[in-house]
Amino acid sequence: MSSAQVVKRAKYKTTVKDPGTPGVLKLTRDKFVFKPNDPTSTNKLDVEFRFIKSHKHTKEGSNKPPWLNLTHGQGSYIFELESFSDLHVCRELVGIALSKHGEATKVISEEQLSAAEMTLRIKLLQENSKLQRLHKELVASGKLTESEFWATKKKLLDQDESRKLKQRIGFKNSLIFDTKPMSDGRINQVKFQLTPEIKYQIFALKPAVHQAFLNFVPSKMNEVDFWNKYFKAEYIHSTKNAVAAAAEAAEDEDLAVFLKDDEILEIEARKKVRRVDPTLDMEADQGDDYTHLPDHGIFRDGSKDISEVQNSLYKRTLLQDLNRQGAVVLEGKTLDMEMENPRTVAEILARRKQETGGVVDEERRNRISMTPIEDLQEHDNHPYAPLCIKDPRDYFDSQQANAVKTLDDSQAGMEQMICSLGPEEAYGSLRASISKIKATGLRDSLFSPEVALKVLSGLTKNISSTKYHLGKSSQESVLDILPNTTKEKLLDHWVCSQELLRHFWSSYPITTQNLNNKTKRLKDSISQIYSKLEEIKVSAKSDLRHQVSLVVHPMQQALDAALLHYDADIRKRNARGAKPNGYV
Amino acid sequence: MTSAPSKLYADDVSLLVVTLDTNPFFWSTFPFPFADFLSQVLAFLNSILLLGQLNQVIVIATGCNSCGYVFDSTSDKNHGSTTGTMPALYSNLLHNLDQFVARDQQLASPHTPGTVPSSLLSGSLSMALCYIQRAFRSGPMPPQPRILCLQGATDGPEQYVAIMNAIFSAQHSVVPIDSCYIGSNNSAFLQQASYITGGIYYKPPQLDGLYQYLSTVFATDLHSRAFLRLPKSVGVDFRASCFCHKQTIDMGYVCSVCLSIFCEHHDKCSTCGSVFGQAQLDASAADRKRKA
Repeated sequence: MSSAQVVKRAKYKTTVKDPGTPGVLKLTRDKFVFKPNDPTSTNKLDVEFRFIKSHKHTKEGSNKPPWLNLTHGQGSYIFELESFSDLHVCRELVGIALSKHGEATKVISEEQLSAAEMTLRIKLLQENSKLQRLHKELVASGKLTESEFWATKKKLLDQDESRKLKQRIGFKNSLIFDTKPMSDGRINQVKFQLTPEIKYQIFALKPAVHQAFLNFVPSKMNEVDFWNKYFKAEYIHSTKNAVAAAAEAAEDEDLAVFLKDDEILEIEARKKVRRVDPTLDMEADQGDDYTHLPDHGIFRDGSKDISEVQNSLYKRTLLQDLNRQGAVVLEGKTLDMEMENPRTVAEILARRKQETGGVVDEERRNRISMTPIEDLQEHDNHPYAPLCIKDPRDYFDSQQANAVKTLDDSQAGMEQMICSLGPEEAYGSLRASISKIKATGLRDSLFSPEVALKVLSGLTKNISSTKYHLGKSSQESVLDILPNTTKEKLLDHWVCSQELLRHFWSSYPITTQNLNNKTKRLKDSISQIYSKLEEIKVSAKSDLRHQVSLVVHPMQQALDAALLHYDADIRKRNARGAKPNGYV
Repeated sequence: MTSAPSKLYADDVSLLVVTLDTNPFFWSTFPFPFADFLSQVLAFLNSILLLGQLNQVIVIATGCNSCGYVFDSTSDKNHGSTTGTMPALYSNLLHNLDQFVARDQQLASPHTPGTVPSSLLSGSLSMALCYIQRAFRSGPMPPQPRILCLQGATDGPEQYVAIMNAIFSAQHSVVPIDSCYIGSNNSAFLQQASYITGGIYYKPPQLDGLYQYLSTVFATDLHSRAFLRLPKSVGVDFRASCFCHKQTIDMGYVCSVCLSIFCEHHDKCSTCGSVFGQAQLDASAADRKRKA
C-alpha cells in the first residue's frame, strides 16, 4: 500500500484558465492541505475528503499539463502538479481516501432505511411466496445481504410505488347550470346559493360571464350587483320565456350580456371546427346532422317548445349545455389556490386561456401541412418485418447443437480444395458442360429408383429425428415425469441459482473490496448448489436418471461458467503485481 | 417462421429467385459434374412453373467475378423456336448462361493458383433482392417472393459484411432465403441467412438425387410450409468474419460503439473511428466477446 501522506509541489487553480498559485500540496487519508509559497496569499486550503465527491485527472500523453481535479459540492479544486509521476502518486491516495469515505457513507444509508420502505418490502414478501422462499434461502443464510437482494428487485419496489399515485382532482362533473333558485314561497323573491366554487365553475363554463366580470367589476358595479344581474338573467332563462328574455335584454344592456348566446363560446366553437381534419368536408356532412332540422333541439327540462325564429338567440338547448360542461370537464384543470377572491380567480383563468391559444394555432398550421391526402399517396402496402434479434432461446438451441457437434466441419473447412486447373481450363470445362446439355438435352430419367428411395428414406429419417426431441414440445415437459419432490427441489434450485448468478455476473469487474467479498460469498453458495444438483442427479431413480441429468445439465453448465470465471479472475489478479487504478 | 400477412400477396403465386453457383474452379474440382447438376436444376425450375401457371422463376448466375440475370420466366424471349432437343425455355437460359460465363471469364482477375476463389454470393443476393423489390412495386398483388441459393463454393469471408447486410434486408422485407448447399462442408453464411430470414437450409447428402431434394424440400410455397414438416438444420455456425483481415473467427474484439468485429486489438475502430481507452491488457481481455 502507498504511504499515508504525500507532499508535492503544485499550483492551485480556482478555474481552468487561472494561472495558478504556486505552493505545496499535502495529502493524507482524511484531508488535503494546500499552503501557497506566498504567505500573504489568500488561497490557503484545508479540506477534508468527506466533502469531495469525485476526482478527475488529465491523461498522460494528452497535451494538457498534469492536473488533478477534486470535485466538491459547489465546484472543484484544480491542482497542477509538476509531473505525471507526481500526479499518479496523488491520484492513488485520493482514490483510496475517497473510496473509504464513499463506503462509509454507503453503510450509513443502508441502515437508515425508512420505515415505509421496510413495510413495503415486508408486504411484497408476504404477497409473493416464491419471493419469500428465495429471500429466506439467500438472505437468512447470509449468502446475500438484505440490500443486495433488493437491489435486483428494484422493479418490484417501484411498481408498488406507482400504484400509490394519487389521482388528481378534476373538474366537478355536475351541471352548475342547474343552480336552482330557492323560493320560500312567501315573498316574491328567489335566492341563489353562491359559493366561491360555484363562481369559479361559472367562470370556467361561461367565458362571456367571465369577460363581463373582468370588465364591469369593480369599475362599473360591485360584485353583489354583478351576481344579482347574472342570476336575474338565469332566472329569466329558467322560465323558458324567450320573449321575456328578449324584452329584458333590450331594456338593460348589461343584462343582455348574460342573455345572449355566449359570443366567446361561438368563437371557440369556430376554432374547434378549424381543428377538424381539413380533408373532412364539414359542409357536406352538415346535411347529415339531424340536429339542424326542426323538432330536434331538445330544450332544457325536456320541453320542446318552438317559438319564433328571431328569438332563438335567447334560447339554449340542453345539448349546448352538456357539450360545454363536457368540454370544461375534459380540460380538467383546477385552480390550485384559495377561491376566496373571485377577482383573482377570474384573472388567473384569463391568463391561462391566453397561454393555450397560441398552441392551438400552431397545431392547426402543422396539421394542414402534414395531413397526407390518402387518395394521392403512393400505394405502399408491402409488409415489413421489424428488424429484431430472434428469440434468445432459439439462438441458444441452434448454438448448442453446433457446440455439441464435433468440430469436423470447421476443421474440414480449413483445408482448401486444390484446384489444379488454370482459369482458361476451368472456364472451358464449364462452357463445355453447358454446351453438352444444350446438345443432349435433359436426361430421360433424371435418376434411378434406388436413388429416389434413398433420398426419401434419408429425408424422412432426418425429419423424424428432429421431431421427437425431448422437452421440445410444450405440452409435456420432462419435469412432469419426475416425482413431485424432485421437481420442487429442482425448481427451487433453479430460481436460487438464477438469482445467485445474476448477482455474481453483475459484480464484475471487481472494483471495490465490497464486490470482492460478495463474489467470494456468491462463489461459495454457487458451489453449494452445484453439489446439491449433483446429489439430485445421483439420487434419482435409474429410469429417470437420464431425464434428470438432461434437466440439470444446463443449470450446471451455467454454474460451471461462473466458477470458471471466478477462478480465472482470481488467478489473473494474483498474477498481476501492481494493481492498476480502480482494481482491488 | 414469421410469415408475411398473406392477404397482401397472391398467396398461391410464388416468385422464386434462384442463384446458381457457376464458379468454374469449384465445378472443375467437384466430383459431381456441372452438366448433371444443371439438368436436375432445370427440371426443378420446370416443375416450379408447372405448379402454377402464374409462378415466376428468375435465375441469377453467381460467378467468381460478376453476377447476372440469366433467366426470367416472364420474359417474352422464352417463346422462341424450340430446338430439336430443348424447349425454348431452356435453350434461352443456357444461351444466356453461356454468354455470362464468357463475360465472367473476361473479367477474371488473377488469383492464387491452386485455390478455389469464392463465388460472389453477396452480389447475387443483392440482385435477387433488387428484383424482388421491383416485383413488390409492380402491382397490388405481387407474387410471394423467396430466394433459393444453390451454392457450392466455400464462403468468402471477405464478403461477410455485404452478405449480412443482404440477409438483414431480406429479413426486413420478409423474404425467406432457402439454401441448398452442395459443397462438401457447411456454409456458415447460408446457415445464418436461412436462420435469420426463416428459410430452409439443407445440405443434400445424395447429389444424384438432387432433383428430389429440390422438389420435396424447396418447391413448397410459403403458404404450404405452415402445414409441412420440413428438415430443420441441426445447428447454425454463427461465426463472424473480422473486419480487419476478413478471417472467420471464434473469439474477437467487438467495438462497443458500432459492433464491428476485429481479430486483434486496435487503438481505434476502423469503422466508426471510436478511440478505445488505454486499456490494460487484462481489462481488454474482459472485453473479449465470445462470438461463437
